[in-house]
Amino acid sequence: MNKIPARVDAVWRIESARIVATLAKVTGDVGLAEDLAQEALVQALQQWPRDGVPDNPGAWLTAVAKRRAIDQWRRGERRDDRYRAIAATLETASEDVWEPIDDDVLRLVFTACHPVLSREAQVALTLRIVAGLSTEEIARMYFVPVATVQQRIVRAKKTIAEARVPFETPDPSEWKARLDGVLSVVYLVFTEGYAATSGSEWMRADLANEALRLGRMVAGLLPREPEVHGLVALMELQAARFGARTHSDGTPIPLVEQDRTRWNRAQITRGRAALARVDALGRGRGPYALQAAIAECHAVAPSADQTDWARVVLLYEALGRLAPNPVVELNRAAAVAMATGPATALQIVDRLAEQGALRGSHLLPSVRGELLARLGRTDEAASELRAAAALAGNEREREFLLAKAARL
Amino acid sequence: MKYMLIMRATDAAKEAYEEMDFNEVITKMGQYNEQLVKAGVLLAGEGLSDDVDTTGFVVDFSSTPPAVTDGPYGETHELFNGFWILQVNSKEEAAEWASRCPLGPGSKLEVRRVTDESDFADFADNEYLQKQAEWRAAAENA
Repeated sequence: MNKIPARVDAVWRIESARIVATLAKVTGDVGLAEDLAQEALVQALQQWPRDGVPDNPGAWLTAVAKRRAIDQWRRGERRDDRYRAIAATLETASEDVWEPIDDDVLRLVFTACHPVLSREAQVALTLRIVAGLSTEEIARMYFVPVATVQQRIVRAKKTIAEARVPFETPDPSEWKARLDGVLSVVYLVFTEGYAATSGSEWMRADLANEALRLGRMVAGLLPREPEVHGLVALMELQAARFGARTHSDGTPIPLVEQDRTRWNRAQITRGRAALARVDALGRGRGPYALQAAIAECHAVAPSADQTDWARVVLLYEALGRLAPNPVVELNRAAAVAMATGPATALQIVDRLAEQGALRGSHLLPSVRGELLARLGRTDEAASELRAAAALAGNEREREFLLAKAARL
Repeated sequence: MKYMLIMRATDAAKEAYEEMDFNEVITKMGQYNEQLVKAGVLLAGEGLSDDVDTTGFVVDFSSTPPAVTDGPYGETHELFNGFWILQVNSKEEAAEWASRCPLGPGSKLEVRRVTDESDFADFADNEYLQKQAEWRAAAENA
């Protein structure tokens, strides 16, 4: 229970965002702040086994990080102005009371998701300094070598420093786009966990849980932003279906065939509460909230047949108007098939196919195959499903589609 | 993984709380809860009324039918009076959060891991699923 490295990890997990945010506020440099926090962690690993864990480990780490910066600056190892800034603030601070500010944590979130970084770099940096995951944990979750993650983080910090990204929240003129960027990073972590795009694992619950935690954290920082709650609602409602999404051998089970007694009711309740917060803000539903509302329709229906499919269709129409996207259109087609029958739905799918939408993806042929099967056009259906299988990136999905074709 | 923090208070803790400014107690607990919310780890949490003499009771399954009694509250050993469910990454992280809870002498937190699907993975093919099938069949015939 008292293994110090595990306790240090736990402390980092809880405090990293606030420690790095505090240090970044002083230095104006997230990369430097993270390096200093890391040095303090190393010192904790040496000192805590001997002296015990301090009462306020976050304050201890922050103070140690600042002191190290000052020492390095005084000894002339660092001539950098940023080190002098730390020295100056520490000298003027009367007592070392550590009072991390939510605004600084928010600045940290926006910096980690800054558009100068690639999506991959944003994800790695966010998981490292905002979610407080160790490099090893991130590597394990993404099935990549530890060195790869380390490299991504080092490069990300370098990019931020070179681009002189200020440690600030975005201006009002950029706010919406930048917030969208943050939410995209969180949702990307979630979807990577929810439906792995590669590898034999169909779902990775730990990544999805990480995204949920990040989402709740951002919601705590920005309680007046409807889409943040919309995203939390969407993730909760989708994750509620985790336990029912696959057979014990890992093959996926389509939503309409899932055993709904295995959906997580507590999670559905949390998702609906988050969606209610969106509506309580009275500024309408954005794309995440609309997707959450669709997930809610499924969550509250006792069975696929008893689902309010007409409402699902309307919500997809609203979503398509807000954020036109062939995947949304394809999902609308699937809902139309349930609401009014496969013939109307096939027209929507055929129109998409004519436009050349989603070329190279298994999604369109798999939906088209399903609709053709329901219309009794068996041969065409089987060939579409086999075409979909050939395009599927996930092994489980490929097996699933081939099995479906074989059953026709 | 999920952990449940189960709050237990002894008579000594109850007495200590009576001495304290209740406003301060709820403020401190509120601040703790706010920390949990802001860290994104709080999944659920409720407090239980300590008005056990009038609203609490115990259903004892030692007999058939089960006996409903006022419960072993006369001499409070450790009264279960609230819980939190946290989403964390390790036992140590659960311990870290638990130790930050603003409780005083005489109070304890019992910390337990909440089971998930993986705990039942070995049974997915037999008992567990079969039972579910039976329940469903029974419900349909009812």
